[in-house]
Amino acid sequence: MAVATGKIKSMGAAKSPLLGFAMFSPAILYIVLVIGLPFVMAVFYAFSDARIGSNELHFVGLENFRSIIQSPSFQKSLQNSIVFTIASQVIVMVCANILAIALEKPFRGRGLVRFLILLPWVAPVSLGTIGWKWILDSIYSVITWVLVWLHLVKPFDTPMWLGEPRLAMTSVVLVHCWRLIPFSTVILLAGRTAIPKEIPEAAAIDGAGFWRTTFQINLPMMKPIIAVALLFGTIFTFTDMTVVYILTAGGPFDSTQTLPSFAFATGITGSDLAAGAAVSVFLVPVLVLIAYLMLRMAHRAEMA
Amino acid sequence: MAVVSTRNLTKVFKEGELGAVNNVNLETREGEFLVFLGPSGSGKTTLLRMIAGLETPTAGEILIGGKVVNDLTPRERRIAMVFQSYALYPHLTVYKNIAFPLKAQNVPKDQHKQKVEWASSLLGIGDLLQRKPRELSGGERQRVALARAIVREPSVFLLDEPLSNLDAKLRLSAREELERFHRRVGTTTIYVTHDQVEAMAMGDRIVVLNKGVVRQLGSPKEVYDDPADTFVATFLGSPPMNLIENADVICGFRPEHFRLAEDMKETAKINFQFRVENMEYLGAEYILSGNIVGGKVDGKKVIARLLLGHSFELGKTYDFAVPERHLKFFDVKTEVKVAPRPLTWQ
Repeated sequence: MAVATGKIKSMGAAKSPLLGFAMFSPAILYIVLVIGLPFVMAVFYAFSDARIGSNELHFVGLENFRSIIQSPSFQKSLQNSIVFTIASQVIVMVCANILAIALEKPFRGRGLVRFLILLPWVAPVSLGTIGWKWILDSIYSVITWVLVWLHLVKPFDTPMWLGEPRLAMTSVVLVHCWRLIPFSTVILLAGRTAIPKEIPEAAAIDGAGFWRTTFQINLPMMKPIIAVALLFGTIFTFTDMTVVYILTAGGPFDSTQTLPSFAFATGITGSDLAAGAAVSVFLVPVLVLIAYLMLRMAHRAEMA
Repeated sequence: MAVVSTRNLTKVFKEGELGAVNNVNLETREGEFLVFLGPSGSGKTTLLRMIAGLETPTAGEILIGGKVVNDLTPRERRIAMVFQSYALYPHLTVYKNIAFPLKAQNVPKDQHKQKVEWASSLLGIGDLLQRKPRELSGGERQRVALARAIVREPSVFLLDEPLSNLDAKLRLSAREELERFHRRVGTTTIYVTHDQVEAMAMGDRIVVLNKGVVRQLGSPKEVYDDPADTFVATFLGSPPMNLIENADVICGFRPEHFRLAEDMKETAKINFQFRVENMEYLGAEYILSGNIVGGKVDGKKVIARLLLGHSFELGKTYDFAVPERHLKFFDVKTEVKVAPRPLTWQ
């Protein structure tokens, strides 16, 4: 005991408990101001009748929640959010796994390929998405141009990538995947390299081919890390509105509206702060549940 | 069962550098327990991995059962391998670990249970089948790895230092068990180790490797009693053989042959004055190290290994001798064994 306190004292921490507090206060301050305060305010507004441009504020109980749940736009947004999240996570997991397998073994130019694949994640989201807005534009789309050139579509009857409900949703999902794949690839690559190399070797000697080794050995061993990638991916997707907002702003006819973009459209653009806050607060229990399930899955896989 | 042989087998990892394995020519015998022995970096594991098909040779051929297998995958070579780390599948139960090779090689499903039970009872792990690898001790893991190797009845067994992860006590019993196991199944086995005691105890024959080159291939008795060069002479035996340069040869003799002159029955012997500088008492024997005093090799450091029954004092000089028939001779330049020749020592 004497030895332990002596050691701490010599480092100066025990003498002034304030120092320790001072050291991590910037982090606490940051979290309180940037995350804590807005969160508390959102909860507060969700139970009020706050509107932009109005000085009055009354407590209205669950009235905001009742009205948004009945709103068709909200129901559509919730449904879209679920479709958007599940579809993009399925695509991201499949592509990220394929990329992780391809990038695991060394080959000439692997460093360059890894760098290129990481680019969408490193570049600012808004810039990348604006690029996609041009690629998917109704008049200037390069994709359309290529399809016309290949005689796959007629020049005056081209697909409206962001203008037709089905196509718009597909485009939004794919652009979001483009942005998330690098992140998941890096996580899964780390997971793959953590598998001792004797294990796939033992599988090869035991007679397993590529598919059996992948599905019965490597992927099950990567379960915890896949759960982590899925958790982050789901949260990033469920709470993100950048891609939707820039590409379609939720349109056409709410066909790509997700909960975050709906909250923004209602609360900020539509100046009904209280309703927007209620939509955002609605996300909290959903995300807590997702996080809980994923973490439990990761924990179980670790124990198994 | 099959014979494994290699022809001029070479592996170079980096072009322009010395190969990890150089021009190795070997042939196992039917049902033999062959040991690859060498220090770390000697190429013994690389050699084994090439035979397994996990490493592609730079040059040369590998034959299993008389057929060139260079282009065959590990699966097609019908071999089984036990890794140093055992490489058990951590997410599968012991049963599923052992059944995995059967599944992978499309053995009909109704035979799995019976075969797994046969392999696990052979190794005495029948009651561990529902456990996961992390719930097993080191010795149990090793047995599971062996069971997984034997379950598909391979033609050749490859073992890569399977005992090195066990503690000293367990290692001894696991070694005995492996020996008994090999006698029972009689499959041709190649065993890699850096432990000379393991090699001597288990091997029918030993391949001594250094820097990717086979230094000697022979029975444990041959490599110990009649080493092909100074590397083999000093790598085997603990403490190692004493080497003394005299005229144009290197003379070698084992510490246990360096004894008190008065105890020696042999008449043809070479006498030395030996000053004891250090003494280790090991229970059943003494290890004495010190210097030779006087004569042509004055000041040479040598080691003696003696049974109890005498007492020695540090710093004192005693009359020691080596029987002439136990002297080994090596060329000074090539360090390779040469014919015995008469030498003067005084």
